[in-house]
Amino acid sequence: MDEIFGIPAPLLFGQLLLGLINGAFYAMLSLGLAVIFGLLNIINFTHGAQFMMGAFVAWMLLAWAGVGYWGALILAPLIVGATGVVIERLMISRLYKLDHLYGLLLTFGIGLIVEGVFRNYFGSSGLPYRIPDALQGAWDLGFMFLPIYRGWVVVFSLVICLATWLVIEKTRLGAYLRAATENAPLVQAFGVNVPRMITLTYGAGVALAALAGVLAAPIYSVNPQMGTNLIIIVFAVVVIGGMGSILGSVLTGFGLGVVEGMTKVFWPEASSTVIFVIMAIVLLTRPAGLFGRA
Amino acid sequence: MASETTAGAIPTSAGEEQGIWGYSRAQFVALIVLAGILVVGPYFLYPVFLMKLLCFALFACAFNLLIGYVGLLSFGHAAYFGMGGYIAGYTAKAWGFTPEVAILAGAAIAAAQGAVFGWIAIRRQGIYFAMITLAMAQMVYFFCVQAPFTGGEDGIQAIPRGHLFGLIDLHDDMAMYWFVAAVFLIGFLLVHRIIHSPYGQVLKAIRENEPRATSLGYRTDDYKLVAFILSAMLAGVAGGVKSLVFGIATLTDVHWSMSGEVVLMTLVGGLGTVFGPVIGAAVIVAMQNYLAEMGAWVTVIQGGIFVICVLAFRRGIIGEIANLLRVKL
Repeated sequence: MDEIFGIPAPLLFGQLLLGLINGAFYAMLSLGLAVIFGLLNIINFTHGAQFMMGAFVAWMLLAWAGVGYWGALILAPLIVGATGVVIERLMISRLYKLDHLYGLLLTFGIGLIVEGVFRNYFGSSGLPYRIPDALQGAWDLGFMFLPIYRGWVVVFSLVICLATWLVIEKTRLGAYLRAATENAPLVQAFGVNVPRMITLTYGAGVALAALAGVLAAPIYSVNPQMGTNLIIIVFAVVVIGGMGSILGSVLTGFGLGVVEGMTKVFWPEASSTVIFVIMAIVLLTRPAGLFGRA
Repeated sequence: MASETTAGAIPTSAGEEQGIWGYSRAQFVALIVLAGILVVGPYFLYPVFLMKLLCFALFACAFNLLIGYVGLLSFGHAAYFGMGGYIAGYTAKAWGFTPEVAILAGAAIAAAQGAVFGWIAIRRQGIYFAMITLAMAQMVYFFCVQAPFTGGEDGIQAIPRGHLFGLIDLHDDMAMYWFVAAVFLIGFLLVHRIIHSPYGQVLKAIRENEPRATSLGYRTDDYKLVAFILSAMLAGVAGGVKSLVFGIATLTDVHWSMSGEVVLMTLVGGLGTVFGPVIGAAVIVAMQNYLAEMGAWVTVIQGGIFVICVLAFRRGIIGEIANLLRVKL
C-alpha cells in the first residue's frame, strides 16, 4: 500500500482529496450557473464575484459581528442572495427581451465592480479565516491523514447538491421551475407568478455560490480574486457537462476535480490546462456536452 | 427597432453599397477626418500614447469583425492579441527579425491559433461560444505562464524596435508612429474591405438568420471559421505592434481582463459600426491613462461603464451619433 503506479500512496490520496474538494466547488458553482441559466437564459458572469462575496461576508460576520462559521453558513448565502435579488430586479430583468449576450456583458460588468470595490477596501493580499473548532484536526485513515474540515467540505457540498436535485426534481416548486424553463408564458397563464420565480431563482443560484464561498473561506485565503480564476474553470466544466441536467453538472464537477488532482500527480505541468483540453475533446466528439441535450 | 430582436442593438445592414469605395458619403467624410487626425495627431499628443491607442483600436476593429458582422461574441481575444505580442517580441529579440517580419510571424501564429480554437468553438453558439473562447484563452494564459520563451512573470523585456525593412530606424518615436499609423490604416481598411465583399455579405446574412443562410446552401461554419481566423490574425498584428512599440510583452496582454477590455471598447464605441471600435478604444485608453493613479477604482469604473452601456446605451457612441444624424458610420 506504499506505492501505487510508482507514486507514493499519501501523495496520490492527498491529491485525490484535493481534487475532490476542488470538484466540490466546481459542482456547487456549476449547479448555480445551470439553475440560473435554465430559467433566465443568461450566463451569470458575476458568479465568481458572488462566490468571493460569500467568503468575505463570512469573514465580516466573524470580524465585525462576532458571528461564527455555523452562523455564516446560513447568513452569508442569505445576505449575498438578497443582493442577487436586488441586482436581478434592478438590472437583469430589463434585458430579458434582448439578445442573451447583453445579460452576459451586464453580469460581467457587475462582477468587475464588485471585485474592484472589494480590492479597494481589503487589498489583494487575502485575509485568514479560522477553521471552526468542531472541525479542527485530522483523522488517521491508515493510508493517509484526512483533515476533518476537508472531509466536511466534500460531504456537505454533496448533501447540498443532492438537496438541490431533490428540490428541483421532486417538489411542486421544482416542477413549476422545470415547467417555466420549458415554457414560461404557459406557466404564467396557469397563474404562477413567473417574474417572482425568476427573481428568486437568481437569488437561489447566487446563494449557492455564496455558500460555496463560505465553505472555501477556511481553505483558501479570503481575497478579492478568489472567484475569477475559479469561475473560468467552472465555465469549462459547464461546457463539458452541458447545462441540461442537475446530476450531470454535479457528476462532471466532481469528476473533473479528481481528474485535475490526478494530473497534478502524474503530469504537474498540465494540471492547470487539463480541464480546458478535456473541454476541447468533448466539443469535438459530443458538441452538446456529456449530459446536454442537443 | 427590428434590429433589437435578433442580434441585439447591432444595426442591420441597409444594403447601400454605392458611394466611394463602398463607403457611404458619411463614412467617407468620417474616414477623411480619421486620416486627418492620424496625420496631425502626433504634433498635438504624445506619440507613444497615440501608438498605444492605435494598437487597441486595431485590436477592437478585429474583435468587432466577429461581434459586429458575424454576431459571434468571442470572450477570449486576448489570447491572439497577447500571443501575437509574444511571438513578435521573441522573434525580434532572439532571432533578430525585422519589425515587419516579426509582426507577420506574430500574426501567422495568432491566425493558426485562431484556426484551431475557432474550429472548436464554432460548434456551439451564443453564450456557449463566449464561454468556450474564454476557456481556450485561459488555457493560453496558463501556457504562457509556464512556457520558457515567454519569460513567465517577467515577460519578454527590452524588445528592439529594429529597422523597418532593414532600412528605416524605428527607435525614433515619430518614425515608429508613422509605421504604426500605416499598419492601423491597412488593418482598418482591410476590415472594411472584408465586410463589403461578397464574403462579408454572407457573414451578415449569417448574423441575421443562420438557419436561412444554411438553407440557401452556404456552409455557415466555414464562413464563420474564416472570419474567426481573420479576426485572430488582425488581433495578432495589433499585439505584435504593441510589443514592439513598448519593447515588452507580458502576461497582462493574454489575461482574461484584456479580453474584457476589448469587449468594453467595442461596446462603448458601438457594436457593428465601422468607426465605433476606434472611438471606443480612444475613450477607454484615455480613461486608463488619466485615471491610472486611482488603482482598483479603474476596474470599478470600467464595470460601471459596462453596466451603463448595456442598460441605457446599447448603440454606443458612434451608434448614437449615426442614429442622430440618420446615417451609417
